[in-house]
Amino acid sequence: MQDKNSSNTTNFSSNSNATKVQLHINKTTLHLHVMPWVSLLDAIRDHGKLTGTKKGCDHGQCGACTVICDGKRILSCLTLAVMKDCSEITTIEGIANGEVLHPLQTAFIEHDAFQCGYCTPGQICSAIAMLEEGKADTRDEVKEQMSGNLCRCGANTNIIDAIMEFKDKRNE
Amino acid sequence: MKTSKQIGKSVNRLEGYLKVTGAAKYAGEYDVPDLLQGYIVNSTITKGKILEIDESAAHALSGVVAIFSHNNRTKLPWFDIMYADMDAPPGTPFKPFYNDQILYNGQPIALVVAETFETARYAATLINVTYDEEPFETELAAHLDDARDPKKGIATLIKPLPPSANGDFEKAYNDADAQYAGEFIHGTEHHNPLELFTTTTVYEGDGKLTVYDKTQGTSNCQIYIANVFGLHYKDVRILSPFVGGAFGSGLRPQYQLFLCVMASLELKRNVRVTMDRAQMFTFGHRPQTIQKTRFGATADGTLTAINHTAIAETSQHEDYTEVVVNWANMLYPAKNTLLDYKLVPLDVFSPMDMRAPGGSTGLHAIEATMDALSYILKVDPMELRLLNYAERDVSADKPFSSKELKQCYLQAAEKFGWANRKSEPRTTRRGNRLVGTGMSSGIWDVIALPAKAKASINKKGKLKVKSAVTDIGTGTLTVMTQIAADSLGIHIDDVTFEYGDSNMPLSPIQGGSYTTGVVGSAVKAACESLKKKIFKKAKKMNNSTFNSVALEDVVFEDGSIYLKQDKSNFVTFKEIIADNDGKKIKASKNNIPNVLKLKQYTRAAHSAAFVEVEVDEQLGIVNVTRAVTAVAAGKIINPKTARSQILGGMIWGISKALREETLMDHNLGKYMNTDLGEYHIPVHADIHELDVIFVDEKDDIINELGSKGVGEIGLASMAPAIANAIYHATGKRINKFPIHFDQLL
Ligand code: FES
Ligand code: FES
Repeated sequence: MQDKNSSNTTNFSSNSNATKVQLHINKTTLHLHVMPWVSLLDAIRDHGKLTGTKKGCDHGQCGACTVICDGKRILSCLTLAVMKDCSEITTIEGIANGEVLHPLQTAFIEHDAFQCGYCTPGQICSAIAMLEEGKADTRDEVKEQMSGNLCRCGANTNIIDAIMEFKDKRNE
Repeated sequence: MKTSKQIGKSVNRLEGYLKVTGAAKYAGEYDVPDLLQGYIVNSTITKGKILEIDESAAHALSGVVAIFSHNNRTKLPWFDIMYADMDAPPGTPFKPFYNDQILYNGQPIALVVAETFETARYAATLINVTYDEEPFETELAAHLDDARDPKKGIATLIKPLPPSANGDFEKAYNDADAQYAGEFIHGTEHHNPLELFTTTTVYEGDGKLTVYDKTQGTSNCQIYIANVFGLHYKDVRILSPFVGGAFGSGLRPQYQLFLCVMASLELKRNVRVTMDRAQMFTFGHRPQTIQKTRFGATADGTLTAINHTAIAETSQHEDYTEVVVNWANMLYPAKNTLLDYKLVPLDVFSPMDMRAPGGSTGLHAIEATMDALSYILKVDPMELRLLNYAERDVSADKPFSSKELKQCYLQAAEKFGWANRKSEPRTTRRGNRLVGTGMSSGIWDVIALPAKAKASINKKGKLKVKSAVTDIGTGTLTVMTQIAADSLGIHIDDVTFEYGDSNMPLSPIQGGSYTTGVVGSAVKAACESLKKKIFKKAKKMNNSTFNSVALEDVVFEDGSIYLKQDKSNFVTFKEIIADNDGKKIKASKNNIPNVLKLKQYTRAAHSAAFVEVEVDEQLGIVNVTRAVTAVAAGKIINPKTARSQILGGMIWGISKALREETLMDHNLGKYMNTDLGEYHIPVHADIHELDVIFVDEKDDIINELGSKGVGEIGLASMAPAIANAIYHATGKRINKFPIHFDQLL
């Protein structure tokens, strides 16, 4: 199936083990030929050229690589690209509506919820999907549910402030 | 458009949009054509010699382009000095791939370069290395008898060794009414910025390179690469526009830069080399340090005797030092002092500055000792600090350029509610948890260095300012833009600050909390010099009202020059440039601090932290439930980003006191917990109420901005305050960091 927005066809390797994968990323379809061991993270960053999704550990321990896949937040470094054939994926590049920032992005800027910014895409994607999960209501619950996303700069309180503000406004 | 003053305003980070949309590009994210990927192979032994590197299986893999090691490396200079970077301690810098010698576990020994990342990574696992192993020593505690004085070098200029002894410590200590002696043990820590160290080189032909690197010093890396690979400075351009955290780890060029450049020059191709997380534990770190204190005081609480000694590890090849024991006598004016700092060379990589290097180590010992004394003397801990408040730095016999530490104590105590505290330990419970409160002082010195900046204004009235400095998440871009706007009297939207590029005017490496003061002063100076030039042009304009007017008689505001006496008389920058045939006006300034003036003062930022902890004695769990830190750091250019720096420092304090440590298996000489699952840092659920106060402080001495910097000071006071609060909660004085649950059960 060829999406009308489809743009990219990457022949990643001449090796015959390469598998065809279609990823619907931020409403664009990416056609890849990837080896089965290519992580979704590397597929997005290196082949999809969407470097907003970050690699902090490649081991599922930091949350920097969080993307939203079929409505759920997942760690793209612990996911193989071939496992997500035909999935709908939203990365940080797909959170804003064109030039208009998502209210959580605006809240991050207002609350200075980042310093180096390297954990930020993961924090934002994680928070948006986390609120959809509906498991967190209080500040403590939000902190707990966001604890898979590390911030080495120590922007933690500002990050939670931004999420809480967005959450409260959303519920109004 | 009326321009309001930007300095002192909470301007949102100017790069915020790029960071929240994923558009900010870090060193490993530049899309360059035909990129090769490198993967590093590290030594699995700690000391010895490489006998053989069997690359056959790796070479056989399709997609592998080249494998580099000491066997086939580029010709490199012999002289150590060529490898010395701006932050090199005395000794011999580490030279990757230089020969077959293994100096430490994790040393890079080979680089696989392949068409894809996955191929390079897989091929790296196929490389078989045989070694001739030698015995090694990595345990500091086992070698305290070998401690020796550090070698002196350029680095010791900004990291002074301890001052000589004063008075008669032993007698004063023996005569003291109250005494406390403690031993403080700190393990190794690794910076672990969230972004992995990475370099992307663009091979421009003819020995020319453009390099995207994760670093805190573009100029530093440029000089290093040019020297090591025999290139012209102007042919090496280092770019580092976004840096995903560094905390000191980027102060020196790291080995992936060297390897990536070597591969790029040899293959004449574009190459990227990225470390994995485990490799982030194979270069600089905060050194293991063992400290001893003995403080003595009279019955009324006057501190009379201070003895503080520290023994820290270093590598066999460099004498890395930090300032650990100099602080106590700067804070408390005891007459009898005995301070000592020694090193033990071990078979590890050279330690490196890590956020509040030395200060965060030494202050724990000092402030826990003061806390212990306060209980012995039955004086409130804050009261004891106030009783021994230094109005002058007796350790150097100099006045402070400014010092509002007293206000830090008082304002933080007030906000925290310290007055209601029960002084007895183990007296407060909340459910099944013990509750305690503790406090600590903090201090960090203010460093002055030369820096250069360029400023220019174009026909649209837009100001552009440039410096090679980086922004590692500190808010440097925003703060420099604010400084430039005010210096020239122009709207902040009309200012661009360009940075993170070695082609720009030379800046020192970003660190030590000095960037705002040092680079900010250069930015200000460049704008001042630009003002003079603009004014000169204004005077030359036809019918200029400024013909016979002096610079003192005008003000620069709203992108115009106004006559002070009569504000209806003005000329806009745009008009001046139009009159200049639309040509830009440019100025450049090398700002050199007035060392003779500065030398007459002790220059330091101060802080006071107040902390509440809950301790669950059944589980040994400690929770920092709330904390207030008050900071006196001179002029705060941007309270919003400065607050974030302090919050970050406080969280690092929580991490240092309760979480992070790199553990070594001394039988193997190898760090064991080299990933973010086992190297613990606080997560969101660990962080509760944190408050920051900036105390007013005016300082006309330290630099043109009166700004002291805030990168380290938030950490300095936090960790000791936590240890002190744990004592108050439990009655247990634990002097080993991080404080683990087993010590509390
Ligand atoms: S990169 Fe995926 S969790 Fe760290
Ligand atoms: S902002 Fe740097 S890691 Fe979170």
